[in-house]
Amino acid sequence: MDRMAEFLAMGNYGGYVWPTYILAAVILVGLAIQSRRWLRNEERAVRAMEAEAPHRRAAAASGSARGETAR
Amino acid sequence: MIQRLANPARFNRLAGRTMPWLAWGAALCIGAALWLALAVSPADYQQGEAVRIMYVHVPAAWMALVAYAFVALASAGGLVWKHPLAHVAAQAAAPVGAAFTFLCLVTGSLWGKPMWGTWWVWDARLTSVLVLFFLYLGFIALTAAFDEPQRGERAAAILALVGVVNVPVIKFSVDWWNTLHQPASVMKMSGPAIHPSMLWPLLLMALGFTLYFGAVVLVRMKALLLARRARAMAMAQVHRAAPAAAEPGSAHG
Repeated sequence: MDRMAEFLAMGNYGGYVWPTYILAAVILVGLAIQSRRWLRNEERAVRAMEAEAPHRRAAAASGSARGETAR
Repeated sequence: MIQRLANPARFNRLAGRTMPWLAWGAALCIGAALWLALAVSPADYQQGEAVRIMYVHVPAAWMALVAYAFVALASAGGLVWKHPLAHVAAQAAAPVGAAFTFLCLVTGSLWGKPMWGTWWVWDARLTSVLVLFFLYLGFIALTAAFDEPQRGERAAAILALVGVVNVPVIKFSVDWWNTLHQPASVMKMSGPAIHPSMLWPLLLMALGFTLYFGAVVLVRMKALLLARRARAMAMAQVHRAAPAAAEPGSAHG
């Protein structure tokens, strides 16, 4: 228990060391989750549009000549 | 290789295959680095336990610069060679770079308070990194600032290229000006200047951050490509549904 308390105290720098690691975790994990969720949403949106009107696939494919719309 | 990736379908396949390796590699490296940084590496003889802030701060600072170099190179690729994925790569990477820069600034503050006695000083190193952060924000804002996405990505790419002058300023700021920030001390011309027990967690964390950057950028690139596809499909629908309405209105509008 004492060793744990000592570890958490970080030689009285705990108030600076732990926020550093917690902030890093929050930022990195948060950005990863947000990116993943964004990708899922876009995948769902594109799938829904394709399902709604399958002939639209042709229209989207014609846009791919500009090299930016096709998967 | 880069030319072959111009085909978005091929890019998607390759990204899908690469992403899990990058993500797991990042988790492994960062996990090992955390253990070494917090439990194994010794306290510094001057800084005590506060030195452990370094294992986040320094790799975050490296990544802030690496990510900016990536954004600038991709922007150049988009402006000069018109590679179809280049602007997408730049736009995917900018928020990740901004996140690392923010992390670098805040952890620097958390390190500065106990070591220098202040959260912030307007010295060359700190100010130039703050400028880097604003460059990222400007880039992100510009990509979204125009109705026509192509104009936004061009404007942002030009900003990214102009901002490249800031990179050597950051790197050499500690040599050119008197700053509170210490000069480069991990790698010197004569080789590593810190003990292996501190070097290993630092390098592992840097590798983990790099793999993380790769994984997140790939996910964001895929999302951006899908968003463009959805937009193109929606526009095609509008044009088909109401061709007359899509015509420009009367000239004296």
